[in-house]
Amino acid sequence: MSSRERILGRVRRALADVPGEDAPIERAYLREHGDRSVEETVELLAENLADYRAIVHRCTTADLPATLAGMLAARGTKTVLVPPGLEPSWLAEAEAGQVPDRVESTPDELDRVDSVVTACAVAIAETGTIVLDGSPDQGRRRITLVPDHHICVVRVPDQVVSSVPQALERLDPVRPLTWISGPSATSDIELDRVEGVHGPRTLEVVLVADQASAEVNS
Amino acid sequence: MSGTFVGMPAFPRAAHEAVNNQTLRGNLRHATHTIRAKRANAVAEVSDWAELREAGKRIKDHTLRHLDRYLVQLEESVVAAGGTVHWAADADEANEIVTQLVKMTGESEVVKVKSMATQEIGLNEALEAAGIRAYETDLAELIVQLGKDRPSHILVPAIHRNRGEIRDIFEREMGEWGRPAPEGLTDTPAELAEAARLHLREKFLRAKVGVSGANFMVADTGTLVVVESEGNGRMCLTLPETLISVVGIEKIVPTWQDLEVFLQTLPRSSTAERMNPYTSTWTGTTDEDGPQNFHLVLLDNGRSDTLADEVGRQALRCIRCSACLNVCPVYERAGGHAYGSVYPGPIGAILSPQLRGTASEIDASLPYASSLCGACYEVCPVAIDIPEVLVHLRERVVQGGPVVREGNKVVLKPAKGHAAERAAMRAARWAFAHPGVLRTGQRAASRTRRLHPRTLPGPGKAWSGTRDLPAVPAEPFRDWWQRTNGGTSETGGSK
Repeated sequence: MSSRERILGRVRRALADVPGEDAPIERAYLREHGDRSVEETVELLAENLADYRAIVHRCTTADLPATLAGMLAARGTKTVLVPPGLEPSWLAEAEAGQVPDRVESTPDELDRVDSVVTACAVAIAETGTIVLDGSPDQGRRRITLVPDHHICVVRVPDQVVSSVPQALERLDPVRPLTWISGPSATSDIELDRVEGVHGPRTLEVVLVADQASAEVNS
Repeated sequence: MSGTFVGMPAFPRAAHEAVNNQTLRGNLRHATHTIRAKRANAVAEVSDWAELREAGKRIKDHTLRHLDRYLVQLEESVVAAGGTVHWAADADEANEIVTQLVKMTGESEVVKVKSMATQEIGLNEALEAAGIRAYETDLAELIVQLGKDRPSHILVPAIHRNRGEIRDIFEREMGEWGRPAPEGLTDTPAELAEAARLHLREKFLRAKVGVSGANFMVADTGTLVVVESEGNGRMCLTLPETLISVVGIEKIVPTWQDLEVFLQTLPRSSTAERMNPYTSTWTGTTDEDGPQNFHLVLLDNGRSDTLADEVGRQALRCIRCSACLNVCPVYERAGGHAYGSVYPGPIGAILSPQLRGTASEIDASLPYASSLCGACYEVCPVAIDIPEVLVHLRERVVQGGPVVREGNKVVLKPAKGHAAERAAMRAARWAFAHPGVLRTGQRAASRTRRLHPRTLPGPGKAWSGTRDLPAVPAEPFRDWWQRTNGGTSETGGSK
């Protein structure tokens, strides 16, 4: 008998006392916590991102190239990894050398790059989380992992949801998903939180709104 | 389960040593009290915690009730997504499967994400015996591995170590395993974390094989989920060419939507955060992104036996958040090592004797490693009634009875060392059934009460060694009741 058959047989015998069908799962929990306007949801995202030590910037679509260029310059970035589908205009004003992610590039080559800029799939306000799904404007998992500095651009408000349940609805489980809440951190030494172990030690998030909604916000 | 703990003394002896270790008690007290307070805040932030807890419990119960069906569905989904599924009935079989998979890659080292399942089966030792070196990459696991130590907490395996001890371990051992600790390393957590980053990065960047567990497996999509903080999980799931995940069969949830419950309750219950820094999900393999070979090893190793126990099976709901450890007054004093298992604390006290059986002395003692205060049940995000299972297992240890071991029904004999207790209970039952005898006995006890010893002789000595014997009243209650007509005619002086 194969182990598969043995295990399934054991499980079936173990459940001999259990009646066949049972009631569907009741989901009495909330779809989101609290009653917020769209602006308040974006504000909460910014607050929670900052609370977990991500650095948050806000700008309009028109100002995005200048904002990104300024952020990279301030960090002293010489080389920036670029996923294949990133909107080219975003980095049009950046002086750093752009490194396209290639299949054949080795982890050591990635380790020598200073920064990476990506878009995201969705951002969750209540938890301060950005989710990447490997789409062309976000690239493969490894480009947001090996370099020490990650800049993630979130289009607000259309990429922002309130809660974890709302985020899961929007995401495709077939894609390789990475949920990021602040920079890499550990609490393993006396439960003191320390930022920066193996992932990027600096996470900067740019909340970008188009001109019209930015004016409404201000 | 693991051979690591063979020969462990029973819980009372191991705990006795631990409570006399002042450093250990200080480290544990600081850590558990810190996380306890933070967790309460994180839970208070969500107004529907009770509903989330109830839904989590129901989803897990439903899954366990139909585990055969969901296992088959999961297998189909993983295979359809490009993965390979292996089934392992016990630890030896799982270790053999992983060893062969690593050998087939031609590699002699692997990087590991922290995984309770691989600790449970002693995978690192099995790989070492086959000439394969396994590097633990979680900071706490690294501390444990370098210190040639054993983990003592589910979430924070090195909770029993303080920063000074960690610095000493890094300075002494890192060079033996790879990049040595930087010169002049101090004991600030930031510097220690940096030393671990440098030490491990060279391993991540060259690794060809990663070994992980998983927090959840989604049956309908074939998705696996790893929840972590440091990024070592992302490294192991991203850079190697081959990924081997060893996961207990109870880690299934039926649907993608079900994750919405556990991704809310797990981080808040474990690290007391709104969300842990990194969560990775993978569904089979993705072209040119991440490992191109994915193997899932489904592990039984006592889980189906646990499932056969109608009271005890609820332990399989556990999502390994470790909240029960942090609130437990026994764990806080005894520490994790005393439990003689990779699963310490209240959950370990019910999980280990079910996964391993109660034949060994340590496993038979674990259901007693509790004051039954109920704090563990209160914090459990999937509402496992740990005290109920503890009492159930105590009954099993003392009385024996039918259980399932390795899929077969066997009848357990009453455990050794409880003969006196059983004899006392039998005597009590007889006395209560004979009112005349009881009355005579009670009167004799009252009259001789000044002669009673403070500790019991013979087999009762151990019991009275840690408890005060109740004082015998001057007059039996029944005599008092009769004399005072139920308390109505009592006079002032007769008290």
